[in-house]
Amino acid sequence: MQMPATQTSSEIAYNGSMKILVIEDDREAADYLQKAFTEAGHTAHVAGDGETGFALADAGDYDVMVIDRMMPRRDGLSVIAGLRSRGNTTPVLILSALGEVDDRVTGLRAGGDDYLTKPYAFSELLARVEVLNRRASAKEAETVYRVGDLELDRLSHSVRRASREITLQPREFRLLEYLMRHAGQVVTRTMLLENVWDYHFDPQTNVIDVHVSRLRGKIEKGFDKPILHTVRGAGYMLKGG
Amino acid sequence: MALSVPAIMKTTAARLSALYLLLFALCAVLLVFYMTSLSARMLTAQTQDTINDEVLGLARAYKKGGLPLLVRVVENRSRQPGANLYLIADANGQILTGNVQALEPGVIDTEGWTTEPFSYKRFGEGELDRLRSGASDTTPSPSDDAAQTEGEKGHNAIALVLRLPNQMILLVGRDLGEPERFRAVIKRSLMLALGMMGLGGLLIWFFVGHAALKRIDSVSDASRRIMGGDLSGRLPVTGAGDEFDRLSENLNSMLARIATLNEGLKQVSDNIAHDLKTPLTRLRNRAEATLSGKHKTSDYRQALEGTITESDQLIKTFNAILMISRLEAGYSTEHTNKVDLAAAVHDVVELYEPVAEEAGVLLEAEVNGAFLVDGNRELIGQALSNIVDNAIKYSAGSAAEPAVRVTLGRVSGEIRLTVADNGQGIPDDADRARATERFVRLEKSRSQPGSGLGLSLAKAVMTFHYGRLDLLPGNPGLSVVMSFPTREDH
Repeated sequence: MQMPATQTSSEIAYNGSMKILVIEDDREAADYLQKAFTEAGHTAHVAGDGETGFALADAGDYDVMVIDRMMPRRDGLSVIAGLRSRGNTTPVLILSALGEVDDRVTGLRAGGDDYLTKPYAFSELLARVEVLNRRASAKEAETVYRVGDLELDRLSHSVRRASREITLQPREFRLLEYLMRHAGQVVTRTMLLENVWDYHFDPQTNVIDVHVSRLRGKIEKGFDKPILHTVRGAGYMLKGG
Repeated sequence: MALSVPAIMKTTAARLSALYLLLFALCAVLLVFYMTSLSARMLTAQTQDTINDEVLGLARAYKKGGLPLLVRVVENRSRQPGANLYLIADANGQILTGNVQALEPGVIDTEGWTTEPFSYKRFGEGELDRLRSGASDTTPSPSDDAAQTEGEKGHNAIALVLRLPNQMILLVGRDLGEPERFRAVIKRSLMLALGMMGLGGLLIWFFVGHAALKRIDSVSDASRRIMGGDLSGRLPVTGAGDEFDRLSENLNSMLARIATLNEGLKQVSDNIAHDLKTPLTRLRNRAEATLSGKHKTSDYRQALEGTITESDQLIKTFNAILMISRLEAGYSTEHTNKVDLAAAVHDVVELYEPVAEEAGVLLEAEVNGAFLVDGNRELIGQALSNIVDNAIKYSAGSAAEPAVRVTLGRVSGEIRLTVADNGQGIPDDADRARATERFVRLEKSRSQPGSGLGLSLAKAVMTFHYGRLDLLPGNPGLSVVMSFPTREDH
């Protein structure tokens, strides 16, 4: 079956719905998030302030939490710190209007797992939330990743597709490794820049696209099935046929 | 200056002066006491020496010629003007000879130095006093007591009392009038000097303090004017180079810094108004145009996607403006640590290599050694990638063999990270200088995508790292140089 090269995020059927808690004091933004998460096939609960959010998070069993950093009654970082001190390890994505390097480091230190600066694209948020959820059952321990007929050995640093050896540059290897770890999920350009290059800024030119297309050339050229898909308006997804 | 007394006392100068005056007065009083008592003691010692000498002389006369010679010598000496006191008395204290007519009782009862100054009366003195007082006042008797007191007052002496072998008493003494007068003179002159000094101090304080108050008043006037809105105003500097000038100079440079920041803020708001309004208008027009008239569903979709792309670009621009402002305002970060510049060059070149290749530009790096600087890896990476991005954009297609060369090395005590391209460069010096200003997009680059903030951000990053960003003419092309200061201790 030939898959279309590009898809929109809503067209991707996510196999596994998540229970998401959104703690956000901006009513309109919270409603939008709830609606958008529901459309994406997840269940979302909304808390309008830190105290309510803390109570819900403490009682409920959520897959991922999206927490606004600045809220009345109790700020986001204090909610996270409180939950972590009670042994709650649910992955948390911090939403914040503060986007400097320091702010992100402070947020992650407080116990957050990812940090997204407002304003953000929902596709970016969704991609990150879905990746966070998967991390609960992470592939960190696996030494060999397999997607379709593509195989990556993390120990011997070798990549083969349909038993044919593919030679990659070190950075290309890390790029593919990250894509394969999150196979079946949308991975955005910023996520790639952050996780593969460890940079958190917006490059003026879309350098990531060029890297991805180069990688795509290496893993798709000579094979009839595309495996690295572009998700328009969102990013990329590695998916076997 | 019409300051009331309480107002004057409110000034630090007046309070300090009052304190100093008090301390000065205390020291002065102590000094007077010390000086007078010291001089008195010295004079007493001198007097005793003189008496000892006299006694030695008399002892020699007594040894030589016995009592008659002693009496003769005493009588002889007694008559000399300004003579010491001499007295010879029998064992019962009856005065036999000498120039003393009367003594305080008990003085000659004990041998040795008299412990206290005593009063006495000289021969002939009584008559003289009486004559003097008689001349002015004919009433016969001021009472004996009064005369006695007067005598006591006028004539005090110390003396050495000796008992001769035949139980007769010899007294040799010296009047204390002279040392006492001397003491009084010292006391008076000291008091006078101290008084003059105090008065002088007060006068000097008045003029100096007055001048200081005037300077302070002019500084407060100037600062009131500046607070009132005249931000170009500066505090007066007299050129005397004193602490007031130093203070004014520092405050003036602070004002200049504030003015710069203020100017920057104004520029940012102007630029936001100008450069964000344009894309926002475009965004609005596109939405309006899509709404009016009939379109296919795919047209709406396209319009919406375009809107999202455009808003993303706006957000990027906005983030860049905020970041530049924060960096320029001296944005402090706890997240500075050692940044390996060689690794930064490697990372960025690696990041841009595919882009360069696609644009047909040869991107090379030359790293001469390992360089660590104190800084922020993210910021340096962002600055360098902006510069490399520009270099690739502007060299692509404009040279036969477009190439961008990134060089890292130490040049004249600085760590220099140079990005050189062989494109058209910026031939005009003024244009080159303007290229790092916010939103400046030189005419030739208007057609290129970008916010016009890349170099401004790089410059702000360099300022944050205590370095410089210089644009130099290449041969051909443009060289953008990031200079980091070196610290010898690394």
